[in-house]
Amino acid sequence: MNLITRVGATWLRPTIESAGFAVSIGLQSLLTLPHLPRRMRATLDQMHLVGVKTMPVVLMVGFFVGMILSLQVGQQLATFSQQESIGLIVAPLMALEMSPLITAILLAASVGSAMAAELGTMKVQEELTALNVLSVNVISYLVLPRVIALTLMAPLLSLLVTWVATLGGGIIAVSQLGLSFEGYINNSLDSMRVIRETIPVPKYLFDGLLKATIFGFVTAVVGCASGMTASNGAQGVGQTTRSAVRNAIVLIIVLDFFLGKVLM
Amino acid sequence: MSEGPVIRVQDVHKAFGPQKVLQGLCFEVARGESLVIMGPSGSGKSVILKHLIGLLRPDSGSIEVAGREVPRLRPAGLAELRRDMGYLFQHAALINWLSVYDNVALPLRETTSKSESEIESKVYSVLELVRLLDARSKFPGEISGGMQKRVGLARALVTDPEIILYDEPEAGLDPEMSASVSRMMVKLRHELGMTSVTVTHSWPCAEAVGDRVAFFEHGKLVIDAAPAEVLASDNPRVQEFFAVPK
Ligand SMILES: Nc1ncnc2c1ncn2[C@@H]1O[C@H](COP(=O)(O)OP(=O)(O)O)[C@@H](O)[C@H]1O
Ligand SMILES: [Mg+2]
Repeated sequence: MNLITRVGATWLRPTIESAGFAVSIGLQSLLTLPHLPRRMRATLDQMHLVGVKTMPVVLMVGFFVGMILSLQVGQQLATFSQQESIGLIVAPLMALEMSPLITAILLAASVGSAMAAELGTMKVQEELTALNVLSVNVISYLVLPRVIALTLMAPLLSLLVTWVATLGGGIIAVSQLGLSFEGYINNSLDSMRVIRETIPVPKYLFDGLLKATIFGFVTAVVGCASGMTASNGAQGVGQTTRSAVRNAIVLIIVLDFFLGKVLM
Repeated sequence: MSEGPVIRVQDVHKAFGPQKVLQGLCFEVARGESLVIMGPSGSGKSVILKHLIGLLRPDSGSIEVAGREVPRLRPAGLAELRRDMGYLFQHAALINWLSVYDNVALPLRETTSKSESEIESKVYSVLELVRLLDARSKFPGEISGGMQKRVGLARALVTDPEIILYDEPEAGLDPEMSASVSRMMVKLRHELGMTSVTVTHSWPCAEAVGDRVAFFEHGKLVIDAAPAEVLASDNPRVQEFFAVPK
């Protein structure tokens, strides 16, 4: 009994409260969507920042994950002399599953954390309160540009990851599995032509980009909402940044499973 | 215009958890009058100002500002009230990626439909008032604490408030800078006829800007009188607190 109340007080209640706050921030940012034309410049600035911050690392990680997949799966396939089908595996697996997930995790670590730190610093320095007193809508002024930027950039980066991973996979296919690059690429392109049953779009690309979009939104909302609840000075900002990254990653992985089920 | 006090605080109580910060706070400020609140650090002086502008809600009691009962205002009413009020934050609280000019222009851009040229003339006039026109394209990180405070003041003044709340305007400034901020506050009052409530730890500042000085401790005002009377008070706690500046 004692344990249960303690867990309730120290973990469950704050978790539910912060989840509720994040949901309300997410909804409010959607409600301020009509302000987007006025926030175009800030949104473009944020998109630029996301690109600059993450492009090199996203490209490198994508390339290596493609090589890892191709090498490990290719060797397994080789034991049944099926290594030619590696081209049918890397591209769709990346597009549907790995790219959105990798992109989202990298975004959470680099951009989501930066958003939490930035808004957290503004919170503890009373800048958010000052905006409030000046009747400036904090959601529209600060949150909306960040949420839109990440929601748009995540699928774009995810697509890039798929490209470089397919390329990395191809290099392994040629150098380690003894396949022709042309055959590998043809297989990759063929595999991507699978059409969704419900709407006529390439299934793997569409489902993957949809996931990435949702992950981008979640990452930005969690980052902003965490920042806005920071307290206790610089130490509190550090704490809030860490919890933003952790919560975003956990949420993304859990969501990934359920979205996978729903989209199946 | 209505007669009677512009600010009327009656029997306000406020606790954060077990910590009782305001315990039956009462005071009034007349139109054009300047009240200074002094008291120990952490006693709740900033909390008082935050109640006046609706950032905090009292547990009980009444807070009337410009004829409106602040705790009962809905967001739209609160926004309207805040247009008539300025708040100078303890740490200026400027937006660090905006220039001095853009910081001051922000409230006009965000809450009015004024044209850029109207905004420019207004921003120039308040920057002139706080003698910062030359620093208009600098960023908050590039100017001194005293200048940041003055930018904060310009930002608070740009919407032409009738009431202004100063939270430790002299904090973190050297005596010369602090005196210059005090002079600016006095000047604003005489030129613009503003009503103000000032929280300060500096007696020279209190004496310069205050019609009345109040001593706040244990959730209430202990004394509320003209500066000279406060110094002459025979209340032992007040004597103790003001012993050094005296
Ligand atoms: N929003 C809040 N939540 C909880 N406690 C608060 C809050 N605001 C102020 N306090 C507490 O109230 C007390 C008075 O704070 P404050 O008004 O800032 O003191 P000061 O007189 O130095 O301005 C402090 O102990 C502070 O911790
Ligand atoms: Mg204070």
